[in-house]
Amino acid sequence: MLIAVAIAVDGLGFAAWLFLSSVGLTLIYGVMRILNIAHGGFYALGAYSSAWAIGLYTQTGNTIALTYLIIPVAALVAGVVAGLLIERGILRFMYGRDEVLMVLVTYAIFLILEDVTKLIWGTESYVSYQPAYWLGTIDVFGIPYTVYKFMIIGVALLVGLTLLIVLNKTRTGKLLLVVIEDREVSSALGINVALFFTVTFVVGATLGALGGALAAPEISVSPGISADIIIMAFAVIVIGGMGSIGGAMIGALIVGLARAASVHLYPPAELFSIYLVMAAVLAVKPYGLFALAEGRKI
Amino acid sequence: MIRNLDRTEITLLAGIPFLIACGLLLPQWVVNYIQVSLGTGLVALGVMIQMRAGLVSFGQGLYFCIGGYTAGLAGKFFGISDIFVLLLMGIATSVVISGVLGILIRRYREIFFAMLTMAVSMILFGMLSSSEELGSTDGFNLLPPTYLGWSPEGEVATFTLYIATVLPAIFCAIVLNRYLRSPMGYVNEAIRENELRVEYLGTSAHQAVHITYMIAAAVSSIGGVLWALSLGHVDPEMTNWTTSGQFVFVAILSGTGSIIAPLVGTFLLEILRVYAVDISPNTWQMILGTVMLLIIIFLPKGLWSLVERKRNPKQPKQPEPSAKVPGE
Amino acid sequence: MTTILETKNLERTFGAVVAASDINITIKEGEILGVIGSNGAGKTTFVNMVTGYLTPSSGQILYRGQDITGKPTREITKLGICRSFQIPQLFLELSVIDNALIALTIAKQTRPVLLRPAIDEKLRAEAMEVLARFGIEQWAEQEITTLPQGVRKLVDIAMATVSKPDLLFLDEPTSGVSADEKMEIMRVLIDALKSTNTAVLFIEHDMEIVETFSPRVAAFYEGTILADGPTAEVLANDKVREYVIGGEFHRKATSEEAVS
Repeated sequence: MLIAVAIAVDGLGFAAWLFLSSVGLTLIYGVMRILNIAHGGFYALGAYSSAWAIGLYTQTGNTIALTYLIIPVAALVAGVVAGLLIERGILRFMYGRDEVLMVLVTYAIFLILEDVTKLIWGTESYVSYQPAYWLGTIDVFGIPYTVYKFMIIGVALLVGLTLLIVLNKTRTGKLLLVVIEDREVSSALGINVALFFTVTFVVGATLGALGGALAAPEISVSPGISADIIIMAFAVIVIGGMGSIGGAMIGALIVGLARAASVHLYPPAELFSIYLVMAAVLAVKPYGLFALAEGRKI
Repeated sequence: MIRNLDRTEITLLAGIPFLIACGLLLPQWVVNYIQVSLGTGLVALGVMIQMRAGLVSFGQGLYFCIGGYTAGLAGKFFGISDIFVLLLMGIATSVVISGVLGILIRRYREIFFAMLTMAVSMILFGMLSSSEELGSTDGFNLLPPTYLGWSPEGEVATFTLYIATVLPAIFCAIVLNRYLRSPMGYVNEAIRENELRVEYLGTSAHQAVHITYMIAAAVSSIGGVLWALSLGHVDPEMTNWTTSGQFVFVAILSGTGSIIAPLVGTFLLEILRVYAVDISPNTWQMILGTVMLLIIIFLPKGLWSLVERKRNPKQPKQPEPSAKVPGE
Repeated sequence: MTTILETKNLERTFGAVVAASDINITIKEGEILGVIGSNGAGKTTFVNMVTGYLTPSSGQILYRGQDITGKPTREITKLGICRSFQIPQLFLELSVIDNALIALTIAKQTRPVLLRPAIDEKLRAEAMEVLARFGIEQWAEQEITTLPQGVRKLVDIAMATVSKPDLLFLDEPTSGVSADEKMEIMRVLIDALKSTNTAVLFIEHDMEIVETFSPRVAAFYEGTILADGPTAEVLANDKVREYVIGGEFHRKATSEEAVS
């Protein structure tokens, strides 16, 4: 029973973190058909800038509450700057190219971002436990959990719901669905497709950075986190069906619970349980759980 | 047999005495780089032949690692150090594993192929990293190789291993060149262009992809065995997706035009890395990324296309502006 | 003449949509059959089912008495049924001769061949012969992407004939080709195919072409066959005139406007 609770709570915690880190990836793929390996770089940029800013701020000894504002601001700055530079500077010249080629392009950007983070923040690790520590812990069936973990779960829910509402209920969201359906027709209808792409990419990048920024107080921020997160994010969105926000939620839950289960039941499996689940899902549903059907070719 | 050799194969055969001469004349550290690059170069070749079918494997490190660990484990648990046995074991293991995995993987194309190959390689990465017995993330050391009972020492051992790396590498390259020119090789090229038509011409695209996947696996595994013996060490990084990414990088850089390009490309990259990391340790990946972007944008067929262009200066004929349907 | 293809009550549904139902067609050796019908009448669906691209929801397809229902495309091709496509399905970034060479290579490969070189002078000559039969040899070295639509159509059809099929489906062989070239292309085609005694079923919107080249016509309407018989009879049929040809005249008028 205790283990079941632990798996559930830890799983939810992992899932929330995974969802925040991968929803931007699925959003960008859904709208722009770009499987963005550089998303891992956005995550790292968010994590570094948040950890670095928290470090600076806590040294000044000012009010604690403001630290929680630093996290989203750091994510916003990192995401918008990097997202805009990459979309305007590189990607917009390559729209309409083959999807696999775009993977290679974003892989190249990923490599560049890796070194950009190293050049800005060096190679040592940053630890900014304070925001997680200050909120204290609460007990669930006698197991102590940081309140911060529940805060992340809350933020993940909020982000997920906001995205679903914006996409399905607002005018902008509906226009975006038109863009996804048919790029050329929507251009002809007078929709500014280029603007939608830029905004989508920047929002996606910022979400990735937010995932990193929120994770920063719970992890040691060091080189390599971008490579680690991107493959987990891939697993999440592939399981859910690429381009589906709801799918990313389900994917994150499945991966989160699988990982929590292996942590508690069979620790050596922690690292590969995720991919095992992914391979298993794909063996049954080749394009993920919520993938769109393909049209007739001839 | 000899008459059937094409220019690439003759170049490769001529490469054997050339590489042996290099081994005798060049400073040892350069020879070491040649040796290591032949190992990783074979994996890049594995990536490249899949690219011919339009498939980008972001998990080729899987078979690189399988080769290395097979050689390592054979020594660790069974005391086997004979290079011929190790190579055969590496081939056998990779053929069996790719044969089984291929049943799943051959159904996928484009980004799904990339992601699934990556996922599978990460399963192995996770398993090896958490295996205390196999030294987890640190890996373990290999036995020095022997040759049909002969176990050389000192400089002789170094040179023998070098020769024992050169020969299988060249052999693999020739076999792959043959494969690309064979009917099955053309089927792969056709799959990249139009899979529907391939099926309508009467052959199975899945089968062709499966065969290519297995051949790429076997060659990568041979590369893994040779690489591991050269370094005397294996660790799970071999199957991390970032390692696979480097193989993809080399394949992009050299293009799919020639079998020789990935082998040469790997070596040049290794040498470049030595200097670049020395001068500025934190900009190497940035250089790689920038070069990759430039290649994709300006030389989509890889650097080798420059060599080809020089060789065949005549440009492809442009369509005549008055081109009309025949029969007029 | 012996019957080579017979379909029995062939039906295909997509969800609630019935794309084809009650399709009963018999084709004899060396026969030429025109198929008419407006878009969405089920013509291509029928071809897709016989060639294994789509599995029929129900019904049976017999080829020389053998049940081939639901067999994969590649096996059906090997049995001797080939097709061309409305939108040419070619290896776009390769030259015409390379397209033909690959087609020949695959057609000749009975089991996987991994190490023997595929292409020699003999095969190259054979490929040129295939191209010459369709009058496209002068385009041999050009990449498909640089070719006009009419030539692409012919390459597409040439590729479908390399395995010397006994039954060939041509899906709108003259679509996308300017009106004055249509006749000529059909003439080249039918001449090339008659010499090999290949049975041909071609889908066509132009009644003049149907009348000229096909002694027999089947008219499709909303997924079923409205009429099937000698061309003059079918084209004079009241229902066909009302539902099929009426629609064609309308279509022809609009498409010609679009061209001019």
